[in-house]
Amino acid sequence: MRKHLSREQVRHIAWLAKVNLSKEEEELFTKQFNEILDYFKKIDELDTEKVPPTFHIIDLKNVFREDEIGPSLPIEKALLNAPRKKGNFFKAPKML
Amino acid sequence: MTGEISAVECVSSVFQRIREVEDRVHAFITLTEELALKKAQEVDNKVSRGEKVGKLAGIPIAIKDNICTEGIRTTCSSKMLCNFIPPYDATVVQRIKEEDAVIIGKTNMDEFAMGTSTELSYFGPTHNPWELSRVAGGSSGGSAAAVAAGEAILALGSDTGGSIRCPASFCSVVGLKPTYGLVSRFGLIAYANSLEQIGPLARDVYDCALLLSVIAGYDPKDSTSVNIPQKDYTRFLANDIRGIKIGVPKEYFEVGTDPSVAKCLWNGITKLESLGASYEETSLPNLAYSLPAYYLIAMAEASSNLARYDGVRYGFRVDRDDLDWSEAFSETRRIGFGTEVKRRIILGTYALTAGYYNRYYLKALKIRTLIRRDFERAFRKFDVLIAPTMPIPPFKIGEKINDPLAMYMCDIDTVPVNLAGCCGVTVTCNFVNGLPIGMQIIGKPFDEGAILRVAYTFEQNTPFKDVRPPLRGR
Repeated sequence: MRKHLSREQVRHIAWLAKVNLSKEEEELFTKQFNEILDYFKKIDELDTEKVPPTFHIIDLKNVFREDEIGPSLPIEKALLNAPRKKGNFFKAPKML
Repeated sequence: MTGEISAVECVSSVFQRIREVEDRVHAFITLTEELALKKAQEVDNKVSRGEKVGKLAGIPIAIKDNICTEGIRTTCSSKMLCNFIPPYDATVVQRIKEEDAVIIGKTNMDEFAMGTSTELSYFGPTHNPWELSRVAGGSSGGSAAAVAAGEAILALGSDTGGSIRCPASFCSVVGLKPTYGLVSRFGLIAYANSLEQIGPLARDVYDCALLLSVIAGYDPKDSTSVNIPQKDYTRFLANDIRGIKIGVPKEYFEVGTDPSVAKCLWNGITKLESLGASYEETSLPNLAYSLPAYYLIAMAEASSNLARYDGVRYGFRVDRDDLDWSEAFSETRRIGFGTEVKRRIILGTYALTAGYYNRYYLKALKIRTLIRRDFERAFRKFDVLIAPTMPIPPFKIGEKINDPLAMYMCDIDTVPVNLAGCCGVTVTCNFVNGLPIGMQIIGKPFDEGAILRVAYTFEQNTPFKDVRPPLRGR
């Protein structure tokens, strides 16, 4: 079986996706991703050169309303599930 | 409510049943007995005062744990959301409350609705009430098992690639995946937003149609909701299918369908013919490409939708001051997500990366167009299509857990409906070795009435709905 992804590539994509992996997961996923991508190769059989893509099954339109102030979630409710907060704010990890 | 049984009696009897069987079935993550009895008492008070009550008055209903319920923990079966209490109700929850339904709890599911067996729950698997060593199907396995085991009268599930129809088939209940856009997705915790729909699970087709009538309808809060007139789907339940044209796509029987499943299906189709419908074999030539196309689209959408779990606004958080934002984000997600969720996020990210976007994601979207066209062509000739719901009978817990590709293959019969945006319902068409086999009835978009009519007629003329799982109370 031709390898689609190396372990280093899996680690890099996981980094892009912001998901740390354990060493065991890296190894397991490398094997499984190659099997899955090998199966996905089936789509190469079809010529879709002139076929338009269907991003969405219905015609999506933005939903607009008048620009009027309406009720919103109270601050205490919006913060209810925050793991860390300070005053009326979410407390995020340091950026630098 | 007819007055023959009070809402409190009805809800109490369901909780009695839950006490008897739940430790073996594990259909629920959260039970809300106190709230439910309070609501039931309110319904009884309304009745005794002679006030008008809703269509679902006093009916105990279980809600899949990816549908937001104000003040009731909603976990998505994930460590990531194990303490999440939504500050609002999903539109479907608001609608069932307006009809005086009684919410009894939140049901188990595959984490973030990613799975086919409800084994991938942070809280442990749901067991099939027909044989406890087997899976209930997924990802709405808790909802289906609760109804099958008598732990709920009605349930709500969500269906992204078959997650209502699969467990309904494995547990022998009726499960309907509505047309995309018919039911509001507001308050449904998103996994693959262009594919998923909330839908009903029930013991019989009438109850399924009734619940659909309550939850369907335009919602200005959801940009994917379609503004069409509301319908009472129970009006379509004539015990008559004379003149109905059924198409049987041959490809559904060529993709690893177990011979026992195929036999049950053909017996079911012959039964429908004897009831006045006509059938003809047909072809959906691109069906074989639907599974990879589905998984590529679903994984790509999942990678984007699950980016919101950063441990800042809600959910689990690795609380270490030595980590910067990027490290804390990535470490939170390592610990907070289960293996399958991580697998799909990472593969989805890969499919969307610059070098592979055209090869994987865009190609999958083009195949989606071809599959949609196949269905459109078939529906020019036929009123409904019939297919197996699952290619195999319910399998053993643990049998496929270490082989994701084998698990994905189980979705082969259900994903095409989601890709094409059609509607589909499953009803039991027989049992093999005591295990239920489901028949999938597929309809053109917004033609839920037709599939419910065929399902109802089949149900009324076969004995399967009255067969109950051999699950005795303790």
